[in-house]
Amino acid sequence: MGWHPAAWREPVARPAELLTARYWTDLVAEAERGLLDFVTIEDALGLQSSHFTEPDGRTDQVRGRLDAVLIAARVAPLTSHIGLVPTVVTTHTEPFHISKAIATLDYVSTGRAGVRVQVSARRNEAAHFGRRTLPAIEGVEDLGRADVRELTLDLFDEAADYVEVVRRLWDSWEDDAEIRDVATGRFIDRDKLHYIDFEGKHFSVKGPSITPRPPQGRPLVSALAHEGPTEAPFRLLGRSADIGYVTPRDARHARTIVTAVRAEQDAAGRTDEPLHLFGDLLVFLDDDPAAARDRRERLDAVAGQPYTGDAHIFTGTPAQLADVIQELEQAGLTGFRLRPAVVGHDLPGITRGLVPELQRRGAFRRAYEADTLRGLLGLARPASRYAASA
Amino acid sequence: MSKSPDKPLKQIHLAAHFPGVNNTTVWSDPEAGSHIEFSSFAHFARTAERAKFDFLFLAEGLRLREQGGQIYDLDVVGRPDTFTVLGALAAVTEHLGLTGTINSTFNEPYEVARQFASLDHLSGGRAAWNVVTSWDAFTGENFRRGGFLPQEERYSRAKEFLGTANELFDSWRGDAIAADQESGTFLRDAKAGAFVHQGQHFDIQGQFNVPRSPQGRPVVFQAGDSEEGREFAAAGADAIFSRYSTLKEGQAFYADVKGRLARHGRTRDQLLVLPAATFVLGDTDAEAEELSREVRRKQVSGATAIKHLEFVWNRDLSAYDPEGPLPDIDPDLGEHTVARGRAQVRMYRDPLATAREWRDLAEANKWSIRDLVIETGNRQSFVGSPATVAETINHFVQADASDGFILVPHITPGGLDAFADTVVPLLQERGVFRTEYEGTTLRDHLGLAHPDAGTTDAGMTGATFVPTPVPASADH
Repeated sequence: MGWHPAAWREPVARPAELLTARYWTDLVAEAERGLLDFVTIEDALGLQSSHFTEPDGRTDQVRGRLDAVLIAARVAPLTSHIGLVPTVVTTHTEPFHISKAIATLDYVSTGRAGVRVQVSARRNEAAHFGRRTLPAIEGVEDLGRADVRELTLDLFDEAADYVEVVRRLWDSWEDDAEIRDVATGRFIDRDKLHYIDFEGKHFSVKGPSITPRPPQGRPLVSALAHEGPTEAPFRLLGRSADIGYVTPRDARHARTIVTAVRAEQDAAGRTDEPLHLFGDLLVFLDDDPAAARDRRERLDAVAGQPYTGDAHIFTGTPAQLADVIQELEQAGLTGFRLRPAVVGHDLPGITRGLVPELQRRGAFRRAYEADTLRGLLGLARPASRYAASA
Repeated sequence: MSKSPDKPLKQIHLAAHFPGVNNTTVWSDPEAGSHIEFSSFAHFARTAERAKFDFLFLAEGLRLREQGGQIYDLDVVGRPDTFTVLGALAAVTEHLGLTGTINSTFNEPYEVARQFASLDHLSGGRAAWNVVTSWDAFTGENFRRGGFLPQEERYSRAKEFLGTANELFDSWRGDAIAADQESGTFLRDAKAGAFVHQGQHFDIQGQFNVPRSPQGRPVVFQAGDSEEGREFAAAGADAIFSRYSTLKEGQAFYADVKGRLARHGRTRDQLLVLPAATFVLGDTDAEAEELSREVRRKQVSGATAIKHLEFVWNRDLSAYDPEGPLPDIDPDLGEHTVARGRAQVRMYRDPLATAREWRDLAEANKWSIRDLVIETGNRQSFVGSPATVAETINHFVQADASDGFILVPHITPGGLDAFADTVVPLLQERGVFRTEYEGTTLRDHLGLAHPDAGTTDAGMTGATFVPTPVPASADH
């Protein structure tokens, strides 16, 4: 419905359709109409909540959702160029399952899959799985507590292991493993399939994958990271991500963040590997800046309190947003993930307002130049890490 | 035809099994396409929908099979993620049911329930779940929980898994979402999705986060044939697979399973019996017979024949010539170590007797190893002209040997096309198969009731329903 909690109350919202394929197909088709690189799809293993980590019991906001990987799969055959990046929670799921799920998303979208990995420190979500007991976290202020710091480091280390396993499984079939050699009766050359033999603190995975190497070789891995009492989130970007989402307040803050993440990238020995850094902005877009401000105030009034989130909130015209984006780009960001305050209003604001504005400035594509998500982001298709050793 | 005046003709249910990781599938045929590209799945699903089939079926295996310590390379290897490919198929079909095999050992109920509920929403009520289980440490090496589940516990875990999933499906009432923009009430009930489950395998609580889906619960399939399995199917499954392809065996199984339903307060139409079936069509019966022999030779290469013999011998037989005589050494009766990740090894309960019987057969008929494996292997279930096959299928169903069939073509993705074009119209002419879909959900197609959306299902709670676990590596 939108990132603002009162978005669903807007006449343009379609709250009764939230759980239908048509709703999601329409949104992604609109994004593709605007030539966007990709869409991300949020997810969680519990109900939405306005509280930092606990359920809120509210009935006046959108509650209930569909599995993001399935939404992406459902939309894939009906789109042709846009990247599809569902969220998966690493804390409670199996890297083996997710690896083949994203590989399959890459097949059904013919090379447009990515994944956004997320950790969960929510006690209620842990209770849905019954394998871990987590400490109570009341708010951002608790993140510095010793036990919470320890948990944060552990969850992010697990996420890094998870990404490692997922990628090794994508590589576990070399590209030319399927040979269909009728003479010898062999369907595959098994020397081109590889055990990954990963052993870690939270899981060990033997491999190989049951799914052949996906069209992009390795679908893209992304994560959202904030500054905090531990360096763990930025370190995850530096170690493991193809795309990092960050939340700068302004250009100066963006420079600080970019410097910090690039340092983690260097520390991980990935200096020469591409790592996109996308700035997250929540946007209220109208042709008249006053209309955008009024809309924000109206929604805050409906919600009963001003909405604040992790990302900077932009209110204004497409041209003003283009100015902000270009300024942040100068600060070292390589892309932007825009969060529509009201999807039904602000997504068209992006695709029909911002995009033409950026095109006029020569700062955005006028047609899709590639068929894969890697292609759209200028990333080469990697060889399997096991190919050389075979 | 076994038609009596007072018994109306039964309507046949038909489903299509995407060919896959087994030697039924002839990948060496020039017509054989990709087993992994989405275009193959879309072709297959569209054919099934064009033919008004009830559903498409996907098998699953969570570790590549091995034999002699090496990855088995003679059959198709590799398959997609079940949920993801079914989600995509929902976009290219409108009516076809989407049945996925999902393992209850290497998953957690909360996640699987939200995946099936999501698939059901995104397909407009077409999701079905073939519940399987496994215990082997071999497969467990790919997962967090590893392989520590004792064999006897896989049954109780599977039972509790499905029961828990049903509790989650039922945790949202049908009217929980108000989405009233005017009043600002999104949820009618702050406790929507609330659940508490404490059991031997799962101790979980909280709120399920996928609101009630169009079918309420996915249709549940189970396979397996033990006394325990039949009883559990009768208690609560919507459909049961069987492997019986002869009329007599099929009738016995059908009568047995349907006869159990009354004891569980259920009617005979609440559990469908759907055996898997292979077929070969020809312009004439004679031509089909010849084709059938050709297909079976293609299904069993010399290398495949040796590997098949190893299931019984439990030894490395790679030194033997498939065109030569059977080994004169006896099977190794120790723990089965040759083949891993597949079910066939348990088919031969007395390897010594089987070996003796096969040697005698081969000697009497002058069969090589390959001849023997071909000749003792299963003949296709239906072989003949379209008219013959239509007649045979109808006879099986009207004679209560099944309620329909899950067809397993041997060619991907076009192996169903001829059946759709030639056999289905004949069944439709006879008035025993639909000419149009009458409903929108898979439950509609199968004639199954939708669980009451407003109240918890009192007659058949999840806790009383126990699936018959079958090995995850089995293809049905």
